[in-house]
Amino acid sequence: MSVRPVLITNAKLIDPAKSKVETGAILFADTILDIGNVTSAPDGAEIIDAGGAHVAPGLIDMRVVIGEPGAEHKETFKSAGRAAAAGGVTTMVMMPNTTPVLDDQSLIDFVLRRGIDKSGGVRILPAAALTKHLDGELMTEIGLMAEAGAAFFTNGDTPIVSSRVLRRALSYASAFDALIAHRPEDPYLAEDGVMHEGDLAARLGLPGIPAAAEYIMAERDLALAELTGGKLLLDMLSAAQTLPALKRAKDRGVKAFASVNVHHLVLNEQDVDGYRTFAKLSPPLRSEDDRKALVEAIASGLIDVIVSGHDPQQAEEKRLPFEEAAFGAVGLETLLPAALTLAHNEDVTLNTLIRAMTLRPAELLKLPQGRLAKGAPADIIIIDTGTPFRLDSDKLKSKSNNSPFDEKLLQGAVKRTFIAGKTVFPQ
Amino acid sequence: MAQRPTGVKKNEARTTAVRFRHKHLLAISDLNRFEAESLLDRAETFAPLAEQKIKKLDTLRGRTLINLFFENSTRTQSSFELAGKRMGADVVNMSVRSSSVAKGETLIDTATTLNAMRPDLLVVRHGASGAVELLSQKVGCAVINAGDGKHEHPTQALLDAFTIRDRLGGIEGLTIAICGDIVHSRVARSNVALLTLLGAQVRLIGPPTLMPAGAERWGAKVFHTMKDGLKDADVVMMLRVQRERMTGGFFPSPREFFWFYGLDEDKLKFAKPGALVMHPGPMNRGVEIDSSVADNPNVSLIETQVRMGVAVRMAVLEALAETGANEEPR
Repeated sequence: MSVRPVLITNAKLIDPAKSKVETGAILFADTILDIGNVTSAPDGAEIIDAGGAHVAPGLIDMRVVIGEPGAEHKETFKSAGRAAAAGGVTTMVMMPNTTPVLDDQSLIDFVLRRGIDKSGGVRILPAAALTKHLDGELMTEIGLMAEAGAAFFTNGDTPIVSSRVLRRALSYASAFDALIAHRPEDPYLAEDGVMHEGDLAARLGLPGIPAAAEYIMAERDLALAELTGGKLLLDMLSAAQTLPALKRAKDRGVKAFASVNVHHLVLNEQDVDGYRTFAKLSPPLRSEDDRKALVEAIASGLIDVIVSGHDPQQAEEKRLPFEEAAFGAVGLETLLPAALTLAHNEDVTLNTLIRAMTLRPAELLKLPQGRLAKGAPADIIIIDTGTPFRLDSDKLKSKSNNSPFDEKLLQGAVKRTFIAGKTVFPQ
Repeated sequence: MAQRPTGVKKNEARTTAVRFRHKHLLAISDLNRFEAESLLDRAETFAPLAEQKIKKLDTLRGRTLINLFFENSTRTQSSFELAGKRMGADVVNMSVRSSSVAKGETLIDTATTLNAMRPDLLVVRHGASGAVELLSQKVGCAVINAGDGKHEHPTQALLDAFTIRDRLGGIEGLTIAICGDIVHSRVARSNVALLTLLGAQVRLIGPPTLMPAGAERWGAKVFHTMKDGLKDADVVMMLRVQRERMTGGFFPSPREFFWFYGLDEDKLKFAKPGALVMHPGPMNRGVEIDSSVADNPNVSLIETQVRMGVAVRMAVLEALAETGANEEPR
């Protein structure tokens, strides 16, 4: 045991496997040694009185765009690692839309070796491209990349139009029990669209993306998952109308799962009014009714995972007329405080909320972390859920600061982040 | 004409003018009824000027107006140019399509560069919705939106309202039908906002594919046939079918469009007898409007619109020049 043991006492423990917060203590070195009613610590252990603060597993963020390799001016392993540690994210899955695209075994290996080396300890897992060059035509070496350590397979932001290609990929991947994440969006209905289609888009004179673009494609994807027995994650849902189809599929026993971007749980289309390009996201922020339905789906567990959708863009890509501006928002550092809004509003319990960012992703990715259990890796965060602050996006640790929360009030901050028992934040 | 409110000094403004509250004119939706009407009142004093031998005033002497057009325009640009010159301003036309933007300069760069030249008034047209507002945030001078994408074209709506008011004496209570390609039209958006603000009943007529989602929530009634939509209309405003903004087909053919939505003498009979016809130009004859209607001086206000355009733009320039007079450029 090379890591100095830590005992945190007087903590409110958020165990995502349980339904309620429990007061207690936790003892860990590189793995969790004891939890609950811990009375003694080994010699030389650091003893922290949490003073009633919350303790949870480190967050697992299943959707992070990092610019390395290829767009290091936007984000590197190092800057993403810094941002993640400050945001309580201890494991992040990196999307394959880099240059070159992560569609080869050697690149998976590169990310796994170089990522953690540069990230200051934050675990970086690569998601591999589902098709070569993400062109939606030829499937990649799913088996070899799964063996090399790819977390799952995805076509990133480019949906696979050909039903045949997706069918074959789902079917083939099922032999390796590999998870396929797919962004459901009909590219023809979404073409040229830059925000949610509706009254506001029409008034702003901006081309809209109808909710139908999502649920048409989602229904197809679910049908293909059922047909093949493949394991499908509907990546970043935004529309209420998609949810009944997901529920029906899950009820029928289809291996279907879903994620939502935290921005879609706390913001809506009105945040775009005034041509605010920092709230220009893909999928677009939708109506308040959609937002409420997504929150309910998190509360009920219908949607499994909350992601940050971290997508760094430089100011010059955002300070453009709305139609020309880039999509995307950074989110690693705001994932937790934004998500906590739902707990503060009493829409979702703390345990359910944390589960969607720890245990559920861990189960889907077959990772040992993301739990408060004896023997699990000691990826632990101490959270002060109450602290209010006004976000100053210039102070974000990410290389890009395109946050729609700039100058907004948020509540809750990470006090300390441990990965395998080592402190990675604050440094 | 509006009464001068208390607090405006006699020597500060012209007899009817009310100090304009806004720094820029970006959208009709930023205005209240009083502000819109006071702009029209101002325009009224400029309208007779076009008939005089000497058409020039010195109100804006020493001021610089830059026409910055990222999209081609003949009538709007020359209308602003004439308005500026008749007010005594120095007018510079910049056609940005052919210059630095082609070399990769961003809108913000262009704004910063122009701001350094310290103009007093900037008239901007851009192909992207919201682009003029974005530019206005980066310059110290007054900015006038001469059309931004599919968002707004406020001076067009003001001149349309002014033309109607001039001919029919008022706008309150009129039924005005706006027909054709609504979804791509900034003119329609500005006109719905302004005409409803001034108390008219506005109707939108067009095929569902050219009707914006949620248009029924704009305070206008939506129709899909000319027969229903034009019933009892006092004014019929035709819009240009903007094929350059269309991706894919929104209707099968110009021939079919004209058959169902093109304004000819037969369809005009659905409207109130003596109904007037307007078009912001440039017209696609035989697509949305028939020459027999467009060129009939008894019903067509199309030429009047162009004439009134200069007076309305003079009024807007004057109003904004007063507002911005005391402000230092950023």
